[in-house]
Amino acid sequence: MSTAAAATATESLSFEQIGMIFPDGTEAIQDVSFSIRKGEFVTVVGPSGCGKSTLLKIASGLLEPTAGRVIVDRDRLGYVFQDATLLPWRTVRGNVELLAELHGIPKAERAQLASDAISLVGLDGFEGHYPKSLSGGMRMRASLARTLTLSPPIFLFDEPFGAVDEITREHLNEETQQLFQREGFAGLFITHSISEAVFMSTRVLVMSSRPGRIIAEFDVPFGYPRSPDLRFDADFARLSGEVSHALRGSH
Amino acid sequence: MTDTHRPTSTDTDDAVAAAAVPASTPRVTPPRSTTRTLFTVVLPPIIMGILILGLWYFVSYQMLDERRRFLLRPPHQVLDVGFLDWGNFSDILWALWATTKVAMVGLSISIVLGLTIAVVMSQSKLFERALYPYMVTLQAIPILAIAPLIGFWFGTATTGRLIVCVIISLFPIIVNTLFGLQSAERGMHDLFTLHHANRPTRLFKLQFPAASPAIFAGLRIAAGLSVIGAIVGDFIFGRGEAGIGQALRKYANNLDGEQLLAAVIMSSVLGVTVFLVFGWIQNLAIGKWHGDRS
Repeated sequence: MSTAAAATATESLSFEQIGMIFPDGTEAIQDVSFSIRKGEFVTVVGPSGCGKSTLLKIASGLLEPTAGRVIVDRDRLGYVFQDATLLPWRTVRGNVELLAELHGIPKAERAQLASDAISLVGLDGFEGHYPKSLSGGMRMRASLARTLTLSPPIFLFDEPFGAVDEITREHLNEETQQLFQREGFAGLFITHSISEAVFMSTRVLVMSSRPGRIIAEFDVPFGYPRSPDLRFDADFARLSGEVSHALRGSH
Repeated sequence: MTDTHRPTSTDTDDAVAAAAVPASTPRVTPPRSTTRTLFTVVLPPIIMGILILGLWYFVSYQMLDERRRFLLRPPHQVLDVGFLDWGNFSDILWALWATTKVAMVGLSISIVLGLTIAVVMSQSKLFERALYPYMVTLQAIPILAIAPLIGFWFGTATTGRLIVCVIISLFPIIVNTLFGLQSAERGMHDLFTLHHANRPTRLFKLQFPAASPAIFAGLRIAAGLSVIGAIVGDFIFGRGEAGIGQALRKYANNLDGEQLLAAVIMSSVLGVTVFLVFGWIQNLAIGKWHGDRS
């Protein structure tokens, strides 16, 4: 017990020998163990269908693992979905206020939290817009703002920028990276883009195809803030190459 | 080109969407010329109307001889006798009003009942499985076949008429509401699950708003059907406050061809009005966020 308590003091999220076999017999995840400490931004890369998203569902409690356990404070967990999942009948402000509303935070405080979060993601002036009149990138920003209102100590990102174009994606990568630095949350980021993984993270984990196992781990030595030009750095290219190698071996 | 669309303060919505979605096709439609609109939008239905009137005159005067002309009176006589004779027209209007009242009461009952049943079915798969076959069966029974039974059980006055009205208009409300309540995306449900939303919160903050376009579509269909139900009930039973159903029967029995046609036209005007009113309410309620404005 005392070791577990000590672990949660420095670690925001730990997976301990997680295994997941779905009722239809598919083995999605096999013996996955790793921890994320405060101030760490960890990315899991892997081929499609390797169980990366399943890992996040297990972390958040949406799925119960069939083996192992997760140590995390579920009351304060930020989850950024693959789609923006904005409610189309609510304006940007209404959407950003939703989580605070579900947690019973009083109206005035809610409005303040929403205003702050909207400014933080640069959506000032769009509070009254409905999702249908926003671009994909702006929807993702609104979705991010919604999660920020609860200032969760750990963020789970489920391939959040997969649906936006390359340029918007790079912008969102930078902004998220800056937010992470400023707000000091821990992050678990899922993606299949190697460049996104290396650019954002302090650590990159490579997952094998089904059943998903962690087959390689890379520390990313670059300091923050990271400039967009880092992507053209020789060290960046070498590290990306190593990750790519490990990923190719995973098939 | 000097006539490209420039964002102004009044169309920021369009401007934002157009600027923010570079890959999508431009949403700005070029202004239609008025002559074009005249030829492609206004003229076709007018020409069609003239053709129908021509055919009507042809049947009245060429295909029917003097003796049999009562079967289809020519349009101007229908207009004169059915619409311009205030005594006749006010009879039709009063009958129409009586029918409208029954239809609206019937529709209100259907809405309350339909929403309740759909919510119950959406909350439990067991209830859905138990109720659904009977809802389909109820819908499949021809109303003429059970009308005698309804008259037998509930009397042939207003109550019977209301029940016909409810039976006919209930199904589309249930089906559309149920479909709508189940249409919220998985990701949105996950979001509510992650933040420990209870059933009522999920129902009122997620499922009902997500269902509203489908609910309104169901309401428009049900509204039209409730008018038909009120007329059919009145026509079959022929008792209680005289509505347009009884009026139709009376005109048919008296061979009042002009009034009969006027009453038929006014019945469909009522149906169309109800449909349009509900479309207007829908636009007012959800038009701002729901793309489909038709």
